[in-house]
Amino acid sequence: MTHDPVCGMEVKTPSEYYIDLDGKRYEFCSENCQNKFALDPNSYIEKMNKVEPSYRTTSDGIEKLTLPINGLHCTSCVNTIEKEVKKLPGIRVARVNYATEMAHVEYMNGETNTEEIIGAIKKAGYQTGQSTLKIGIRGMYCGSCVSKIEKELKQKSGVISASVDIATESAIINYIPGLVCINEIKNVIEKLGYKTFDTASVKMEKAEEKEKTTAEPVDENQLAREKEYKTLMSKFIFAAILSLPAILFSYPDLWGLPEQFQKGTELLTYIWIGLGLLSLPVMFWSGSQFYTGAWAAFKNRSANMHTLIATGISAAWLYSAVAVLFPGIFPSEELADVFFDVVFVVVALVVLGMALEIRAKGKSSEAIKKLIGLQAKTARVLRDGKELDIPIEEVVLDDIIIVRPGEKIPVDGEITAGSSTVDESMITGESIPVEKHIGDEVIGASINKTGSFKFKATKVGKDTALAQIIQMVEQAQSSKAPIQRVVDNVSGYFVPTVMILAILSFVIWYVFGPVPQLIYALIVFVTVLVIACPCALGLATPISLMVGVGKGAENGILIRSGEALETAQKLDSIVLDKTGTITEGKPSLTDVITSNGFKEDEVLALSASVERFSEHPLAEAIVKGADDKNLTLNDPKEFNAVPGHGVEANVNGRKIFLGNLKMMKKFSVDLGELEEKSIKLADDGKTPMFIAIDDKAAGIIAVADTIKPDSKEAIALLKKMGLEVVMITGDNTRTANAIGRQVGIDRVLAEVLPEDKAFNVQKLQNEGKIVAMVGDGINDAPALAQADIGLAIGTGTDVAIEASDITLIKGSLKGVVLAIQLSKATMKNIKENLFGAFFYNGLGIPIAAGLLYPFLGLLLSPLIAGAAMAFSSVTVVTNANRLRRFKPKLK
Amino acid sequence: MALDQILVIIGGLGLSIWVAWYFWFSEKKAVKVQSVEGGIQEAVIKVKGGYTPDVLIFETGKPIKLNFIREETAACTEEVVFSDFNKRATLTPYKTIPVELKIDKPGEYGFQCGMGMVKGKLIVQ
Repeated sequence: MTHDPVCGMEVKTPSEYYIDLDGKRYEFCSENCQNKFALDPNSYIEKMNKVEPSYRTTSDGIEKLTLPINGLHCTSCVNTIEKEVKKLPGIRVARVNYATEMAHVEYMNGETNTEEIIGAIKKAGYQTGQSTLKIGIRGMYCGSCVSKIEKELKQKSGVISASVDIATESAIINYIPGLVCINEIKNVIEKLGYKTFDTASVKMEKAEEKEKTTAEPVDENQLAREKEYKTLMSKFIFAAILSLPAILFSYPDLWGLPEQFQKGTELLTYIWIGLGLLSLPVMFWSGSQFYTGAWAAFKNRSANMHTLIATGISAAWLYSAVAVLFPGIFPSEELADVFFDVVFVVVALVVLGMALEIRAKGKSSEAIKKLIGLQAKTARVLRDGKELDIPIEEVVLDDIIIVRPGEKIPVDGEITAGSSTVDESMITGESIPVEKHIGDEVIGASINKTGSFKFKATKVGKDTALAQIIQMVEQAQSSKAPIQRVVDNVSGYFVPTVMILAILSFVIWYVFGPVPQLIYALIVFVTVLVIACPCALGLATPISLMVGVGKGAENGILIRSGEALETAQKLDSIVLDKTGTITEGKPSLTDVITSNGFKEDEVLALSASVERFSEHPLAEAIVKGADDKNLTLNDPKEFNAVPGHGVEANVNGRKIFLGNLKMMKKFSVDLGELEEKSIKLADDGKTPMFIAIDDKAAGIIAVADTIKPDSKEAIALLKKMGLEVVMITGDNTRTANAIGRQVGIDRVLAEVLPEDKAFNVQKLQNEGKIVAMVGDGINDAPALAQADIGLAIGTGTDVAIEASDITLIKGSLKGVVLAIQLSKATMKNIKENLFGAFFYNGLGIPIAAGLLYPFLGLLLSPLIAGAAMAFSSVTVVTNANRLRRFKPKLK
Repeated sequence: MALDQILVIIGGLGLSIWVAWYFWFSEKKAVKVQSVEGGIQEAVIKVKGGYTPDVLIFETGKPIKLNFIREETAACTEEVVFSDFNKRATLTPYKTIPVELKIDKPGEYGFQCGMGMVKGKLIVQ
């Protein structure tokens, strides 16, 4: 038996298909494989000799594939994936390792392929750790180049899919990092005779250089926007300069021009003809977008701002052209007036408005750009004992990454060696750097300050906190606030309605208007078309939402949707979970009380020594308390746990009892006044433990879940905002009330089983209130989902908490205050915009139609209408940008 | 009433009715997208002042890939928003920008530019 070097299948020797080459015989399964081999024998020989045992062997037609899998939460996930993969044909082995989060699959080449296996894993509900690479390719001239490169890439092990685009000279390649690296992919392409180059998104620069230059990756969209701005500005300047003579000669009597320039003179007629010709480049270059936009929309049977402007200026131009060329056809001489100035000025102003709008809009989306810019480009990874600088796309789970002082942490992970302080402000909004030790979580994109450390990558690619934040923000910015529905109902009808209004105004002025009717009717027609601003209406909500959501992300508040934002500002009640939300969620040492002349440090040191090897959370709190005071601990001897009572042990020859009242009674320790003191501690929500040294009562050690430093202040702020604050907890009433008193909450729901939390939220809702629930997102998921707004307090890198509408990355309750204030500010801004837009159009259009003329003799000039229209949408964007200066009121 | 006035009235009313009919009531041409190999329903949408085609018909449950090609630099159409799916894409001029969707519920789903001026519709049957 031998193997076909082309397809890898087992072939019986002697095979009828063979080729002798360099003294060696190669045998094939079919003529097809034989022919393939004959065309390019070296590549197949090379492939055969290449040892790639780590992931793939083609020895007996069986492919071995190891794939990283993301999102494995339990051992049952393992079965699900294995089952799904085994459904595929030709699978020999499918094994998923829960601990390493790797799938190992052996399959028959030809019966299935990597893509199908990945598909099966996806179908089971999991993501494989794959990366996407965009790479530039130079030297492609035809469609066949595309298929050649694609085919070759797909043959490369580790490449899942490849799509080459000749127009953009680039390829998008999905691959599994670890199986293949970027350089190998490049080699494949270059071997075919093409040049590769890094596109902006995969610039492989060294981390240090990156820090120094802080060169932003080139954003093509930004470039396009800049270009468009420049084009519009030149169009504006062109139209603006030419509009000066137009204004001058359109109103010769107004400017008091010499007699030869007055109406009716031959010279002025020639000037007007000149202006008419001059207005052509203004219309068809400066104003070209109005015509192309209007035509494209018209073909689609829709109408937009361009339709209105194009119709307006065309009407003005046509009338003027007829008036200047064939004045004779008008019944009276005064009707032969020209409006070329309208063409010049309206085009100039509206184009200027569009340019300014682009500028302002660029600022509105700054927040997301900032987030994307936070991403590190490279990581220094330890592989096979060597330090390698690799692009961030190639970091895989469990990679050990080295971070030096001042460097950016590339992905999420857990510190395995060293310690440091880390500035996480860009992610959490917390300005004070956080200390990190072995076992602590680090967040990608945060900056290492002082120390060096190594960490294990736990989340890479799309799963990192930053990637999830970006995704959430983008989704929220694209979502629709319910208030937008009003606009949606209007906007579909807006432009055609304006057109009909313009036509009807024309008719009314023509039939009932003063002399000269035709002139008035035309002015009114053009003014109505020009003044209407559908853009302001369409922009009002989305632009504020974009700024508001972005501002939230800057402050560590992730708002899931426009709806969440809108509901958050209408809240009546806010339910706070106690543990982990108001409190730290883990006990710590609070009091050490001594008696019988024992010293505080002595009591604490001995208690901590006894508890040294216990894993009970209360014991850990005592040991940590002693560590914080730098006390020396000794190993306990004759350690004995008395279930339900406490522990006894011998430390440095001293007999120690540590436990509850029952423990002390059991060993007949006289507690004296300590018992009374312990009741007071318990009333304060603490857990007291007695300690006796050598059968004498020595004191009380009290441990409690401590309240977060700013919880009290935050709750006071929430109350000040007029919200009813309710605390919910599974703790006993006494402890719950004690905590409630300390933080200033009057309504306490205690002894609530976790599964009843949602029910309690519902009860509040039944009182007719709009209720927010704040919890940690894990135990409180049903309650968060039940509440009108669920706010999850994030824990480090877990930011995309499904059940929540708003995620607070930073653990502080102040985030809740901030989230509500931001929602209020954003909604206020949206309402201002909507009011402005509706008010502007609602007032502007009737005035333009001449509604005020019968009463005040007031009629708008189309020039004023053009200016109003141009600046109304700029105003909306500028108003939304005011939100960028939003400052929370936390006092 | 003079003849010209009557003509203007009739003309104006007629034009108004035509505007209403053309933009609101006339049947829009919908393009039915056939699924290709692998079950993907793929369509190319040209973006220039509007979306061409702007009404597309798809089948329920099969993945949809819309390839937007924005053939203009005017900022109006810079973004395309699918607010039913909280999806947004920035359309880089003259580049193919794919938007992938999978719609399991039949119905009509609109998409539009960032300002809601330019609109299109997906009909899922």
